Amino acid sequence: MKKWKYLTMTAVMGSALMLGACGGESAQNGNGTETNASTDAGQEASDEKLQGSVAGDGSSTVAPIIEAVVEEYAGTQPDVKVSVGVSGTGGGFEKFIAGETDFSNASRNIKDEEKAKLEEAGIDFTELALAYDGLSVVVNPENDWAQDLTVEQLQKIWIEDGTEKKWSDIDPSWPDEKIVFYSPGTDSGTYDYFDEVILDGADLVSAATLSEDDNMLVQGVAGDKNAIGFFGYAYYLENKDKLQIVKINGVEPTNETIEAGEYTPLSRPLFTYVKNSAMKDNEAAYDFIQFTLENAGDMAEAVGYVRLPEEQYTEGLKTLEGLK
Amino acid sequence: MRYIDDSVVMKRMTKRITFNKVWKTLFFLATTFALVTLAILLYRIITQGIDYLNIDFLTNFASRFADKAGIKAALVGSLWLMTVVAPVSIILGVGTAIYLEEYAKKNKINDFIRMNISNLAGVPSIVFGLLGLTIFVRMLGLGKSVLAAGFTMSLLILPVIIVAAQEAIRAVPNEQREASYGMGATKWQTILRVVLPAAIPGILTGSILALSRAIGETAPLVVLGIPVILQFLPNSFLSQFTALPMQIYDWAKRPQEAFQYVAAAGILVLMTVLLLMNSIAIFIRNKFQKRY
Repeated sequence: MKKWKYLTMTAVMGSALMLGACGGESAQNGNGTETNASTDAGQEASDEKLQGSVAGDGSSTVAPIIEAVVEEYAGTQPDVKVSVGVSGTGGGFEKFIAGETDFSNASRNIKDEEKAKLEEAGIDFTELALAYDGLSVVVNPENDWAQDLTVEQLQKIWIEDGTEKKWSDIDPSWPDEKIVFYSPGTDSGTYDYFDEVILDGADLVSAATLSEDDNMLVQGVAGDKNAIGFFGYAYYLENKDKLQIVKINGVEPTNETIEAGEYTPLSRPLFTYVKNSAMKDNEAAYDFIQFTLENAGDMAEAVGYVRLPEEQYTEGLKTLEGLK
Repeated sequence: MRYIDDSVVMKRMTKRITFNKVWKTLFFLATTFALVTLAILLYRIITQGIDYLNIDFLTNFASRFADKAGIKAALVGSLWLMTVVAPVSIILGVGTAIYLEEYAKKNKINDFIRMNISNLAGVPSIVFGLLGLTIFVRMLGLGKSVLAAGFTMSLLILPVIIVAAQEAIRAVPNEQREASYGMGATKWQTILRVVLPAAIPGILTGSILALSRAIGETAPLVVLGIPVILQFLPNSFLSQFTALPMQIYDWAKRPQEAFQYVAAAGILVLMTVLLLMNSIAIFIRNKFQKRY
């Protein structure tokens, strides 16, 4: 019986100690992390080392750029705690509206209903462009017919019309085979952007396989001769050997055509939306966004996106300065 | 007169033996199917991830370069999460089980409670995530902290712990309780010194298995909006943090192929943690189990 007694005591004591540690630590350190940089940083700005926390969320397309920026930023300001979630553009705005984040990354412009909700919540925001992405339409490498599509053909392919679509429906000289569709999920900004510029509000074909994981789309298109899909330029760049890019109106997405604005309508800017009050009151947040704008071009190229023309970054920095 | 006709028996014998063999093969195939799938999965993960699994991987923060990417923030975050989940869920769970088994009278209300606890065990984890987002993150204002996520995960595994603890307490023979009362012990003394010690192996095994589930859950964390991109460790229960499954999910979604291997290495770390926890559970069971 002694053994049991000992064991129970250990278990009970163990839990008690853990709980004790729980309460103690949160009491000691809780304040330090929760207070924003405004007070601490204001006094310590002299030695240029800021403290505080910055929270963001949003698009998974923008995430690689932000991750790179956060990584670099941690090297210059190790005491600023930047945390960024990846809930998708729509999911990010939901948290932005709830006041949980200081900035929200988006792979499309903010929607009117989101603007209205932000206004209702009393949150003023500013849009800052970070980079370009060329939304890439891809087909299987064995596909030797659909290599150059017009926007009208894309609409014919992707808009739901109640029929089962075959390639020969789009152009009689193409094979009499069913088209297999792969599209990003409806919560992503990529879907929203495609919906806006190609579908023009019409419904996407219901036969499409939707996935939030772009690698699934890559695999899907790579594995089926009759497949077509679309996603961010970075996913095409990384899987060039497995996929074939489709020219849109005769233009292939490359760094040059995207930056020069020739790849239309599918090249899109990537944004971050910042909360004005956070830029004003939270020195760490301001500093981080400033750092982001200064480095976004290089970081974007490093992770497979296209930089904006330099004057757009300068303009963004000016806008940001106006918020302080 | 013979009661058994040998020829008839012999005629049926082959059929019966074949019948038996067919079932045996079927069940054997069912077992091997699961094992082979597991083996292939393990093989793939290990061959993909082993190259990236080294000390640097454990001590680096996440990075845009696959070679420099590490799992430190997620590993430490998950451990912090467990320091909240373990005490909260075990204390609440065992407390509930003691009440239901030892104190609660058999009436409609208590039956209703019991039934609902079993039902709760079947609720999808994402629902607990929504609950946590509404109550802990927003209403109580805990934010996306270790504490908020810990409470959410505790709720998620609480039903499992309660049921396991109830089973363990029920398995303690009534004679032992009666003997204890016979010696003049009070109800509380009986529970503390007779029932709980005898039930502890079962309780701990169930609890650790439940904690293993909590450490691998992703859905509730996604709903809570736990960040993935961060370069610091939590220093309090109100800190922001990230967890192993979130980090692995993020890597698996990356366009660069190398990150698929980094994700595999992350899975290996998560599996090691899980295996450690499960072996502790098995150790406790084997060491302290007592049959009556």
